[in-house]
Amino acid sequence: MSKLTKSTVRDSLSVAITVGTYGVAFGAASVAAGFSVLQSCLFSLFTFTGASQFAAVGVVASGGAAASAIAAATMLGTRNALYGIQMAPLLRVQGLRRVLAAHITIDESTGVALTQAPRGVAAMREGFWITGLGVFLFWNVFTLLGALGAKALGNPASWGLDAAVPAAFLGLLWPRLQSNFLRVVAAISMVFAMLVTPWLPAGLPIIATTVVAVVLGWRAR
Amino acid sequence: MSSTMMWIVLAATCTLCFAIKLLGYLVPEPWLSNPRLQRINALIPISLLSALVVAQGVVIKTHLVIDHRLAGLAVALAALFAKAPFPVVVVVAAATSALVYHLH
Repeated sequence: MSKLTKSTVRDSLSVAITVGTYGVAFGAASVAAGFSVLQSCLFSLFTFTGASQFAAVGVVASGGAAASAIAAATMLGTRNALYGIQMAPLLRVQGLRRVLAAHITIDESTGVALTQAPRGVAAMREGFWITGLGVFLFWNVFTLLGALGAKALGNPASWGLDAAVPAAFLGLLWPRLQSNFLRVVAAISMVFAMLVTPWLPAGLPIIATTVVAVVLGWRAR
Repeated sequence: MSSTMMWIVLAATCTLCFAIKLLGYLVPEPWLSNPRLQRINALIPISLLSALVVAQGVVIKTHLVIDHRLAGLAVALAALFAKAPFPVVVVVAAATSALVYHLH
């Protein structure tokens, strides 16, 4: 194994393990929302995009309608299509490999692949596959552990699980707030969500805040 | 929510999220590279995650409620400012919330 390859593998695996462990929080949140251990694992196996999974179980936990849960998860997943557009010309995959590549096209696999650019296209591909498959493995193992753990614990509030979920959302949001403009978008979205909460059915305020994204993203800044 | 509806949420979320991923590999690039669409798409996760913090942290059904969860969130925020890693943020929030819940 060349030195360049070693660095790529190291980058990929360190991301895969770190991110994979977040699966514990998802498994716990999912069970706390009322999903079974099996359903929680199916979420991680087949949805496999963290923020969308958290959103789906989050809306269900807050008493929202099924349509709101599905819409929130789907809208959070749209960025993966943009990652696919970036990865498709690099990976040049067809058939079953394309299906597999699409399934592991997430923040982390795309991120690691793009940071490998100075090491060449081969390193970018390697970074994508190792990170994507690595996150998939650890994310699913830790989802199962979190779901089993939450099931064993019982009452979610008694163990603080009801606060762990919004804290997880805050933790997912935090690294994205890389400019003052983005911080303002987050602040306006939070205030907007609070203002519309008493007036809309549960779960719908979450979907409604995308209005903030559309309005603030409409004009170039 | 009924058990059937929960299966529907699961199945639809899995299907749609995968379809979106596959879409990226199938559509011609210019379709999704409209600058306005990209700007809005970059902001959508921020708006949705912000709303989810609110919905999960200070809302019960359709009411704004201040309870033990807010204590957990405050500690999570402090942990994030202190550059704590994600699992630490979640655990300290849970521990704080549980503590306040039991003291109350």
